[in-house]
Amino acid sequence: MSTPTISLTPNVRASERAQETSDSTGAVSKITVRDLNFFYGRVQALHGISLDIPERIVMAFIGPSGCGKSTFLRTLNRMNDVIPGTRVEGEVLIDGQDVYAPGTDVVELRRNVGMVFQKSNPFPKSIFDNVAYGLRINRLTPSRSELEERVEQALRDAALWEEVKDRLKQSALSLSGGQQQRLCIARALAIRPSIVLMDEPASALDPIATSKIEELIVDLKQHYTIVIVTHNMQQAARVSDNTAFFLLGKLIEVNSTEKMFTAPNEKTTEDYITGRFG
Amino acid sequence: MDLHRHLDDDLNRLRDLVLLLGGEAENAIERAMYSLMERDSTLAREVLDHDDTIDRMEVEIDRQCIDIIALRQPAARDLRFVFSVAKMAPVLERIADHGCNIARAAINLNDEPELERNRELQQMATHAASMLHAALDAFTLVDASAAREIIKRDWEINELYNRVFRDLIGKMVTEPQTATRDARLLFVAKHLERVGDYVKDICELTVYMAEAAIIKHSN
Repeated sequence: MSTPTISLTPNVRASERAQETSDSTGAVSKITVRDLNFFYGRVQALHGISLDIPERIVMAFIGPSGCGKSTFLRTLNRMNDVIPGTRVEGEVLIDGQDVYAPGTDVVELRRNVGMVFQKSNPFPKSIFDNVAYGLRINRLTPSRSELEERVEQALRDAALWEEVKDRLKQSALSLSGGQQQRLCIARALAIRPSIVLMDEPASALDPIATSKIEELIVDLKQHYTIVIVTHNMQQAARVSDNTAFFLLGKLIEVNSTEKMFTAPNEKTTEDYITGRFG
Repeated sequence: MDLHRHLDDDLNRLRDLVLLLGGEAENAIERAMYSLMERDSTLAREVLDHDDTIDRMEVEIDRQCIDIIALRQPAARDLRFVFSVAKMAPVLERIADHGCNIARAAINLNDEPELERNRELQQMATHAASMLHAALDAFTLVDASAAREIIKRDWEINELYNRVFRDLIGKMVTEPQTATRDARLLFVAKHLERVGDYVKDICELTVYMAEAAIIKHSN
């Protein structure tokens, strides 16, 4: 599929609004969503979502199955575009630029907004080639030595280097599930995005592998803005700075994670967090 | 399936245990004061004998709090409840300890000639017991506004204590022959004054439990 390579055009009105938008600490939003509606055909999956995500934090999305949190996550890098019959209304601003503005380069957007999925999906290639893949197709590294450096750095950032440095040419499929997931994170990090979206990245992993992924998420926020969808509320509590609770396609509450898990503002949130939902 | 039923069962059991411990603390103060006022050393010894049971109740509450945190991972209001209970149990146990100290004073004083009845000390005891009772009611009903009202009543106990203190010190000067006995009464007054402080702690925890507002040390 060919993709037009038109450079991102700043949406001035949206950009100004993003600059005005800040959280309670005064931090300017990395991601600003305003009045977002999303439709699968005639079915409206998201209703008027407005949300600010500050830079270099971990934001967790929680809510029951089918509440729209994964759909919302995918609107942030237009991954829903590949689903026929979908429609978006509203604005998603990343660094002040509306990602749904006409002329947006979606490839560039996804380069900036990386994604890690629930099930690890390494290519049937070597460990090295998995990480180098994005760099090669995007022609981001002029020399072999620089490519090797970038691969090593990405594997280090994903806390996988020490485990694989002596077998980079082995198939990625020889890695354990947890290692494969960290490899996918390394693959996402290699092209140096500023935002990483994670859709239940540890739901298929054992507790030790989950713990490694969680430690990694906390480390990564020094350099990246992380948005994670999770069904595991303890995981949201452990790794995130802010938490947003979704229900029936609506954003019910967004708050600091500490506040959310000790004294949420909304009764519906409290009912969900305490397991008294429904 | 009702997924939160087990947690609710655990929390209800914990609430019952705290109320039982609270009742024991109330009993300890009331019975100790009765044994002092009515010179009933048998009752005072019963208060002392019962203290082990109260200690065990505190340990049981600790154990249940740890179990709930480890196994049920409570959040939001449930977490605030468990946290408040874990902090409240030792407070109640200490109130009962003050009851024991009053009972010991009663046993000593009951072996000596009777002193003139100290009305203000009696008032202090009545006031402390009533505040404790009200505090436990506010906890049961998760009633933050009632808890705040009880906190305001602490000055009354302090005021009574100051009067008892002045009276007893004055009496020690004018009637040195009863000074040892008056000193024991002074300690009893101090124990009751401390009960007032502990009731305040219970009320502050109830406010936290109800509203997630930390009001201690806020004057």
